[in-house]
Amino acid sequence: MSEGPVNSPEIRRLARVLEPGYSYASVTDKISSIVLTRPVSMGWLAGFSISFVIVMVLLGSIAWLFIKGVGIWGINIPIGWGFAIVNFVWWIGIGHAGTLISAILFLLNQQWRTSINRFAEAMTLFAVACAAVFPGIHVGRPWMAFYMFPYPSTMGIWPQFRSPLIWDVFAVSTYGTVSALFWFVGLIPDLATLRDRATNKPAQIIYGMLAMGWRGSARHWHRYQSAYLLLAGLATPLVLSVHTVVSFDFAVGIVPGWHTTIFPPYFVAGAIYSGFAMVLTIAIPLRKAYGLQDFITMRHLENMAKVMLATGLIVAYGYFMEFFLARYSGNKFDMFLADQRLHGPYSHYYFALILCNILTPQLLWIQKVRTNIAALFVMSLVINTGMWLERFVIVVISLTRDFVPGAWGRYQATFWDYSTFIGTIGLFVSLLFLFVRGLPAISIAEMRELVAHTSEEHE
Amino acid sequence: MSETRQTLYGVLGEFDSPKTLIAAANKVREDAFAPFPVPGLSEACGLHLGLKGWKHNLVPLLTLLGGLGGGLGGFFFQYWVNVYSYPQNIAGRPLNSWPAFIPVTFELTVLGASTVAVLGMLALNKLPQPHCPLFTVPRFKRATNDAFFVCIEAGDKKFDLAGATKFLESIGGKFVTEVRDED
Repeated sequence: MSEGPVNSPEIRRLARVLEPGYSYASVTDKISSIVLTRPVSMGWLAGFSISFVIVMVLLGSIAWLFIKGVGIWGINIPIGWGFAIVNFVWWIGIGHAGTLISAILFLLNQQWRTSINRFAEAMTLFAVACAAVFPGIHVGRPWMAFYMFPYPSTMGIWPQFRSPLIWDVFAVSTYGTVSALFWFVGLIPDLATLRDRATNKPAQIIYGMLAMGWRGSARHWHRYQSAYLLLAGLATPLVLSVHTVVSFDFAVGIVPGWHTTIFPPYFVAGAIYSGFAMVLTIAIPLRKAYGLQDFITMRHLENMAKVMLATGLIVAYGYFMEFFLARYSGNKFDMFLADQRLHGPYSHYYFALILCNILTPQLLWIQKVRTNIAALFVMSLVINTGMWLERFVIVVISLTRDFVPGAWGRYQATFWDYSTFIGTIGLFVSLLFLFVRGLPAISIAEMRELVAHTSEEHE
Repeated sequence: MSETRQTLYGVLGEFDSPKTLIAAANKVREDAFAPFPVPGLSEACGLHLGLKGWKHNLVPLLTLLGGLGGGLGGFFFQYWVNVYSYPQNIAGRPLNSWPAFIPVTFELTVLGASTVAVLGMLALNKLPQPHCPLFTVPRFKRATNDAFFVCIEAGDKKFDLAGATKFLESIGGKFVTEVRDED
């Protein structure tokens, strides 16, 4: 190794995935105490209460929707896909970072994944749960939403398997199931730790049942590790397929602005982009509130910022190619649509999107920004907003400006559109609050592995 | 004699680091316990890795079968629906428009393989297992925290309590205790 700047204390501080001085027991103690012994703080109580009230707003909005029908939303022909689809795509996209961290970074043997994978996977599950609300409620008759699934009905009918909307049902439900399995398998050893450390009877029983008798046997670990590796290998193509299939919902249609082959890769990149932004939005307050700065280090935050920068550039390339191909194709509907994005009635959304998703993230080239926690937090919120705007631009501008001027329309979201959207954010946040207090937010078993690994390096 | 056979489960010794655990497991070739997957422990316990050890670990094979089942089942289900059960002429496309069936086939392959991988792993590990005699040893709680254990089980006909205890102590085992099942 060369001397000088590479070995400077500053560089070494930034390169750490775990601050020194931890043993197996202290790692166990620190992470499990958040769940087992820490008293409920006022901050947690206040945060959970507020987000729970917002969940009630969601339930109220859905109840009103069921009573009155989708007419309470701003959708009307030609805009049949309003906020519901925008929000669905946004939430599903956010989930992708969790799987990327837990599966792809695992296959690539990236050590920095260890302390962020657990809550990133939880984030995936909760984001998929929020996303799954929308396809269920946006169908006109939600009590018949089960028609989306193939089941042997007495009417002898089946779903149309040539339709991307049915592919979507399979992609999202498989994604939800596999993410839950992956998360649960990862949790088993930690649930056993909680079972063995819990001091009150109900906790011992609940964690005991969930741990299923795990005791760290070498024969168990042997099969466990291969199952975990296989799941990572299966989740990797799965996560790429999910947003690809979501993009097919658009790309297979002939609507101008949707019918492009660049959609699948650019949707996947956008999904990972927004997902990493959400991981940062969660990680920064989490490490502060529970004193986890030694586990979720500067290295983690900086690496996530770098992934955001890289995927952000892919997204920028996607926007550029979309625009270029629309002009280059000579297809007048595509050219008109590109023009409408720049000069149409929704152009301010498009320019806001460029500002949030392309211009602002360029600051991440600067290391001072990547290591500035406040700047990263703000940036993550900006990118999340930008990605939501992207889906709004795709859904609304194309639908309001299709082939004949007689079919044009305008879209204005109503109070109920906003209350449902904000309600799902409340659902997401309250699930996270419950998760942090009910399950270890960082994988304890994997942190012990990291301790073993780093202590070997020092020897 | 037969009475003690019923209640005696084995002898348990504690070790304080992954290194000493692997050294001990290499000599004992029985089951070991660790709070995280220790590299090299499988081999030390006599489990082969890779293709050679497929009998010790049926998870990959089951996963392959699960994936094949999900994929083939998924594809032919769609084929049956579109060609036999509910044929519909959509824009003049053939009834068996197989490229359109691929996304669902792919998703069901992954779903089948993942579900079987997890359920297979649990079943082969004989989990859920609400009770294990080892849970009666108070120090064994640390097997999910910071301690490492080796257990010589009493199932073998040649098992000799005094000899096993002595042997575990001789290879560096601490707090060597006999494990009895309370029943």
